[in-house]
Amino acid sequence: MTESGARVAVPFRTSLMSRVMLGVLALLAAGGVIVAIAALAYGKQAARQSYDRLLVGAAQDIAESTKIVNGAPVVDLPVSAFSLLSLALDDRISYAVREADGTLLTGYDTAPIASKSGDQVLFDAMLHSDAARFATVARRFAERDYSGTVYFTVGHTLRARNAMAIELTRTALMGVGIAGVILMICAFFVIRSTMRPLEHMASELLKRDPYDLTPMPIKGPAEVTVAIAAMNQFMRRLDRQVGAMRNLISDAAHQLRTPVAAIRAHAELVADHGALAEQQQGLERLLKRTRSLGSLLDQMLSRAMVIHRTDNSPPEPVDLRDIALHVVELEDHMVLSPHAIVELCIDGDEVMVFADEISLREAVKNMLTNALKHGTSPIRVGVTGKGKTAEIWVADAGPGPSPEMLAQIGARFERFAASKGTSAGLGLSIVSSVAEAFHGSMHIGQHEGGFRVTMAFPAMGGKDAQ
Amino acid sequence: MRNSLLWAALQVVLLLPTALASQEEIERITAPGSQVDITLVLRSTTDLDVLRPIIEAFVLQNPDIAVTYEQWGSNALFENSLAACAGKVPSASAVFSSGVHQMIDLVNRACASAYRSEQTTALPAARRWRDELWGITKEPAVMIYNTDLVPAKDVPKSRFALLDLMRRPTSMYRGKIATYNIEASGLGYLFAFMDSLEASTFGALLEGFARTDAVATCCSWEIINRVSRGDYLIAYNVLGSYVDSATFDNIGVIHPQDYTLFLSRAYMIPKDGPEKQAAARLLDFMLSTRGQNLLKARNLFYAETDGATLPESAERGISIEPTLLVAGDKHRRKQFIDLWRSAFAKRDKAR
Repeated sequence: MTESGARVAVPFRTSLMSRVMLGVLALLAAGGVIVAIAALAYGKQAARQSYDRLLVGAAQDIAESTKIVNGAPVVDLPVSAFSLLSLALDDRISYAVREADGTLLTGYDTAPIASKSGDQVLFDAMLHSDAARFATVARRFAERDYSGTVYFTVGHTLRARNAMAIELTRTALMGVGIAGVILMICAFFVIRSTMRPLEHMASELLKRDPYDLTPMPIKGPAEVTVAIAAMNQFMRRLDRQVGAMRNLISDAAHQLRTPVAAIRAHAELVADHGALAEQQQGLERLLKRTRSLGSLLDQMLSRAMVIHRTDNSPPEPVDLRDIALHVVELEDHMVLSPHAIVELCIDGDEVMVFADEISLREAVKNMLTNALKHGTSPIRVGVTGKGKTAEIWVADAGPGPSPEMLAQIGARFERFAASKGTSAGLGLSIVSSVAEAFHGSMHIGQHEGGFRVTMAFPAMGGKDAQ
Repeated sequence: MRNSLLWAALQVVLLLPTALASQEEIERITAPGSQVDITLVLRSTTDLDVLRPIIEAFVLQNPDIAVTYEQWGSNALFENSLAACAGKVPSASAVFSSGVHQMIDLVNRACASAYRSEQTTALPAARRWRDELWGITKEPAVMIYNTDLVPAKDVPKSRFALLDLMRRPTSMYRGKIATYNIEASGLGYLFAFMDSLEASTFGALLEGFARTDAVATCCSWEIINRVSRGDYLIAYNVLGSYVDSATFDNIGVIHPQDYTLFLSRAYMIPKDGPEKQAAARLLDFMLSTRGQNLLKARNLFYAETDGATLPESAERGISIEPTLLVAGDKHRRKQFIDLWRSAFAKRDKAR
């Protein structure tokens, strides 16, 4: 993370509010278009149906008023039929009465003949270059002097239909429009009230000092609290990492200064003294100091690593026995104190915990190193599964450190140890950090006539096995 | 008949000077000393003398327009307009006819062009159709009688009174009652047809006409003149506007109290006519306040000023609407004319 120190300027973007409003508007517009299309279709359908009935009614009216006179059909054209057709106020009318062979009895010869046959046919055709709708009704005559079918065709142009369709659509759209406006207004208020916690959070964040990594108060609706919680978690981690780094740097500054000064002093002494024996003695001291500095560096780096890992590696199921076995098998103690006896105390049941294997190894290694350095042989490394708790421990036969030291152990660093150029305190602080990182704890104390350091974790075996 | 008229219409094109058979009168009216750019051809069934003041006022107001006024019989004008619509003869700029059912038919056959203006849209719905046909006038169909010869107690105030008059066993009115010959006159046919739709009295009227040897004859002017002369005592369904614009002392006018038909002469701008703009200007002029006042002055627009008021319910305007197409139907017309003829044929047989 780069901390520029200055507040980052917020680039101007369209607000969530305007985005959501735009979205709602687009949704409403799309809905409106769909409704408009549907309304137009419905209007056309309704207009078509009602005016088609008119046409059929008029045609039937004309058919009813036709009689056979002297062997020929005679149409007594009823005014009522045309009154019906006149309901389509401004539409041209066409009508024709034809015999089966197409002979025009009366009406306009421009009226089209239906392409389909049937007792009642509705069809579209042109009427003097205008689109028009026609109905043809058939009536069969079986009189002594006339037998056959007479077709009555009635049609009109589409002005009234279109006007009705448009009127229906317009009415529907007006309703939709009013509903849309109301919805928009409602949406505006709902969205605004929904957005308020977010705005609140944003303003809180903006007001915040960039170095302030304390958690934010969690309030507001679930989505916002989730965001705040996540942010708090992130800030906590950041805080820890920054703290670890700060610790590392101050540890390094504090702890390394003394041993390095001592090494320089020894080296100067060696350089100044001409006598071979003194030189040899000085070199041995120098070597011892250097080795001690090396282990101190190891400890510090491993601690930094452990803290880094606990924050960055997701915990996995780990069998504590593997850890104990691994540490003992490394046989580091052969280098550190070749005469010490190290026993491994594990049994056949696996002891599973949720943790990071490398961090655990590092911690146990530290525990073992401490025991080898300060404790009394024999040293035992063991694992115990006790119900909900899983423990990994290192015990020696000695009395352990004095109560005053015990009180200081576990802290990050310890002046006394550091001044001696050793790193016992640091080692235990790693153990403590690892234990806490995986929801466990470190216990130090007398146990079965010896001194024991224990890391206890919640066991995962018992519950997860089910 | 239609063919012969078409032929006559063709002759108008081919042999112009000799082909005035169906066209009764023709006159060009211009504003005095004006520069004429546009010639508007107006074909009308109205007597020129009746319309002359209106046309003259129009050309005075529009000096760039000259009006060629052609006076036609209504049936001939219908045939001519049909032929013009089919592109067979030159179209008029405007057609103004009392044969409203024929004009409706023309519009229905898509022979007219649409026009909208403040004046036309102000017309009531019953006086316009599709913005292609407009009713300009309001003229009653009246009964007239000779005031010298018809006793006051006999004057028929309604059709029922006329029926009673005709039913008298020995009547002085035998052969003295006249009405339009509906076969010759489009207007006469329209009036008779509307009568037949309006009331059941029509059958009785026909029967009465047959009983009294009524005369079916032609033309408003002839009927009015002969009533004035005493050749006929009573005439039925005469255009009231003609009677009043004539100056006859001895003619009484009756607006029948049972119902009085009102005619609106229809004005149409043919789709292929020349100078449609000018035709529209003439239309707007006739519908303007000034035009309507002039029409009133010529009795072409009925106004209840002359004491003899008519009950509101007795006013029956002939609406300009497609129901009038029924009047033009071939079968219906034939049946109607057959009925008419059978009423008037009895007298011929009797003679």
